[in-house]
Amino acid sequence: MTDKVNISIDGRHIVTEAGKNLVTVAKEHGVYIPTLCYFRNLNPLGTCRICTVRVNGKDTTGCTVKAAGGMEIEVNTPDLLENRKAIIEMLYAEGNHFCPTCEKSGNCEMQNHAYDMGLTVTRYPQVFSAKNVDFTPKRMIMESNRCILCKRCVEEVKTRDGYDVFSFVQRGVKTRVQIDYEQEEKLSEAEAIRAMNLCPVGAILVKGMIQEQPFGERKYDLLGKDIKPVVRNESLRKADSGKYIIGTTSLAGCFGCHMSLLDIDTDLLDIVELAEFNKSPLTDIKKFTKQCHIGLIEGGCSNSENVHVLKEFRKKCDILVAFGECAIMGGIPAMRNFVPLQECLEEAYLNGITTEIGAHVVPGHEDIPKMLNNVYPCNEVVKIDYYIPGCPPSAQHIWKVVKSILLGEEFSIAHDEFKYD
Amino acid sequence: MGAEKGTDRSTLMDILWDVQRRKRYISEDDIGKIGQAFNMSKTELEGVITFYHFFSTTNRGKYTIYLNDSIVANQSGRKAIQRAFEEALGIKLGHVTPDNMFGLYRTPCIGLSDQEPSCLINFKPFTNLTRDRVFEIVTELKSGKRPSELCDIPKSIIHYTPAEERTVFFKPYRQFSSLSILNTYSPEEIIDLVKKSKLTGRGGAFFPTGLKWEFCRNNPSEIKYIICNADEGEPGTFKDRVLMEEHPELMIEGMIFAAYAVGASEGAIYLRAEYMYLRDRLEELLSKYRSQGYLGKGIKAKTPFDFDVYIHMGAGAYVCGEETALIHSMEGKRGEPGTREFFPVEKGFNDRPTIVNNVETLCAVPRILEMGISKYLSLGTKATPGTKLFSVSGDCSKPGMYEIEWGMKLRDFLDLIGAEDPCFILFNGFAGECLSEADFDREISGENLLAEHMQFRFKDPLEYARKMGGIGLRSGGSFMVFNKQRDLLKILKNVADFFVAESCGICVPCRTGNFLLNKKIDKLILGHAEQQDLDEIKEWSNIIKITSRCGLGKMSSTALNHAMLKFPEVFEKRISANTDFNKSFSLEGATADYDRIINEMTLDYD
Repeated sequence: MTDKVNISIDGRHIVTEAGKNLVTVAKEHGVYIPTLCYFRNLNPLGTCRICTVRVNGKDTTGCTVKAAGGMEIEVNTPDLLENRKAIIEMLYAEGNHFCPTCEKSGNCEMQNHAYDMGLTVTRYPQVFSAKNVDFTPKRMIMESNRCILCKRCVEEVKTRDGYDVFSFVQRGVKTRVQIDYEQEEKLSEAEAIRAMNLCPVGAILVKGMIQEQPFGERKYDLLGKDIKPVVRNESLRKADSGKYIIGTTSLAGCFGCHMSLLDIDTDLLDIVELAEFNKSPLTDIKKFTKQCHIGLIEGGCSNSENVHVLKEFRKKCDILVAFGECAIMGGIPAMRNFVPLQECLEEAYLNGITTEIGAHVVPGHEDIPKMLNNVYPCNEVVKIDYYIPGCPPSAQHIWKVVKSILLGEEFSIAHDEFKYD
Repeated sequence: MGAEKGTDRSTLMDILWDVQRRKRYISEDDIGKIGQAFNMSKTELEGVITFYHFFSTTNRGKYTIYLNDSIVANQSGRKAIQRAFEEALGIKLGHVTPDNMFGLYRTPCIGLSDQEPSCLINFKPFTNLTRDRVFEIVTELKSGKRPSELCDIPKSIIHYTPAEERTVFFKPYRQFSSLSILNTYSPEEIIDLVKKSKLTGRGGAFFPTGLKWEFCRNNPSEIKYIICNADEGEPGTFKDRVLMEEHPELMIEGMIFAAYAVGASEGAIYLRAEYMYLRDRLEELLSKYRSQGYLGKGIKAKTPFDFDVYIHMGAGAYVCGEETALIHSMEGKRGEPGTREFFPVEKGFNDRPTIVNNVETLCAVPRILEMGISKYLSLGTKATPGTKLFSVSGDCSKPGMYEIEWGMKLRDFLDLIGAEDPCFILFNGFAGECLSEADFDREISGENLLAEHMQFRFKDPLEYARKMGGIGLRSGGSFMVFNKQRDLLKILKNVADFFVAESCGICVPCRTGNFLLNKKIDKLILGHAEQQDLDEIKEWSNIIKITSRCGLGKMSSTALNHAMLKFPEVFEKRISANTDFNKSFSLEGATADYDRIINEMTLDYD
């Protein structure tokens, strides 16, 4: 027997029960409030801040609001939408997230939000925090690089005799979730799997139970078709007369994005009508012979040569486009950021299983590019104008973007076009 | 409270303090044992220990020395004192001597900004240090003298109070004298008086005290709590220290009135660890109140009541000054702020209705009742009657404590404190506005306040001055003044470092947002910033402000943004022309590790 109250959400008049959770109320009336830490009505955690809404002019988290008479709630104003996106971006910059190699890809709530919000890159510089991957527990792996500190596991996963299995330790930027080995051992397999599924990202994994569902059939793989595409409406360059000139390069990447470029098949003939290639592995032109309209960059910066090439591209290209995961976030090569450079070099040249017994030289010569301390996304070295995410982005998609930029057309990325990493 | 040790989580911090004080660290073994006693997993307990920076899992030394790290201390010659300690002990800051005798550490403001440079040794205060004094202290300690024999009693430097009949706090008071009022007034009448007095939360949030008490009274519960927030962690503030030195009886009597008014039976003083040296005196005083029948069972009043007070020690966490974080800390948890789903007056300590009031707020109550409501209302201004305490430090000839009537012009206050060529002021410690000459004609009061979101909609300092001229200024009372010679960016960097260190880490905008803003300040200082960086500072600050979970994140970038508004020339001077390159990326810096490794390896194998 609860009282009915009148509230308004984004100007819509709604009748609901007093005291009911706002996220639930909104959902019942077709208004979607994105959430990440929220998973139960009781004791909402309010840690992720994504559901921030405006109640009677005051900003607060939707998951902690209980409906009361006369409430005026704003959910989808431009600035609130922007805030949500900003927080997801901040989570990406704070952790070390590599969707293409993540076991949870497709089942990850944060990844799904990023797709929904049309996130192509994070506006923040990478934090490059040294995070720990803990393989010691009996059943689980704690992957702190991916942890977003939502606190779900801390609050929810207990042993049958009432002990916490996970806990926050340290504070500030050093805060992390730590797993208690002794308590973890007490969990049954079902309880461990529940913990893994509770984690909205891929931070908690159960050994041997990771790749059960094939990619493409996962929770979020089939979702999102009906979500409106993101329309970018920056004013784009007007076309010049004659052909457009394009340069491409692969820095610390696998050339997969360039392979994807070639997947365009016969459409390539159209492209050749429209554009010519200058410096590019496709033409094998090693040095720029003229200024380019567009430069396409695959891969991030792992060594000094990458930095030099990238800076040269910045100078020689009017518009610089980072395409593929590695150029945007560092990608697979950036996974070495978890390991000190010295250990990386020793593993590669001295102690690895493929090195010769007695190997004792790490190559170092003025002609050899120097390794950087971290693998950097391209936008931490130079300014990047556009981003095409994906691992790799599909050929059609790359060319759609490039053509739109060249012809100064407004373009949009459909939700399902994001889904390849 | 009152429960057996080992079962009640609220005694956890006491036990951790016991171990930390005895051994100077909490060992793996202790963690196992304590965890078992409290039914906590080791990891959960580790989570609590690592939250508070005075708890440690490694030995901090028989004599643990903490130096204040905040800007005022730095400007008073803290670096030289640090060097003197480093020389005398042969260790660097952040280390322990090999024999575990001395540990030398940094800590945020220790509440002695008017007598810096100062330090705490085993939580005993040493003030106005000089290089010679440092060597002397170290020699004495080495010869076996105890810190308690050597330490200074921090002086209460009260520079100004209004004429005696217009003073509220710092004038003589006879213990117990206002408590007779309990016999004539009902709880409701006390609440009514407090409401009429327009007393608001003096920690800096200014929530109406009477209203808070009324809410709490109206929430039925067998047990209610009164907590006195003596965790003043705002850098530059020391008013609660002076109040507890000069008039601790006012604080206790304020708590008794609060308990009577709301129907609370238990009370606690959450005392910041930096003021541990005040503890014994407070305990003595509490005993005195007990023996006189003013605390304990059956306190005489119009409706007799039970109420007792104990002291809960904090352990070094700024965020615990936030009331919900403070309550979590008292419950033996990590001091993370709550979700605001409930207010403490609904569900506070142990999920019971709880009042958390600042020391100054509670001290005001007996005074208001003593002088009578009409007299009190004749002081100060209409919206903010009475007086306010300010902890003054920085570039002025008379740093110390000031009690002024609300309504004084900022310019007059600056004259009063002997400000030397004042250029900018941190008016509410680190978590508040940065004032400039544009504000000097404003009055210190709660009159004509603007809604919060109005604050940043000004194009330039001139427009700001025009629009803000008539708006009152109020704050928790940490007043730091800086002259024209000081480097604004260096001060803002100190502020930013503080918030990065003190963010509890529970929400991403505050945890990482402040870290990223700090990087932007670095970029400015190094001359790598462009106009875009200034725009991003504003944009990111706004995101942090809107989405942070508690006041810490909401206020952390206020000083920076005010400074950008009021001193645009300082920032413009530091930015360089826009380029297509990120100037903060340095190839030399990024390849330095590689060069070092190759260098070392070639040496090894040659």
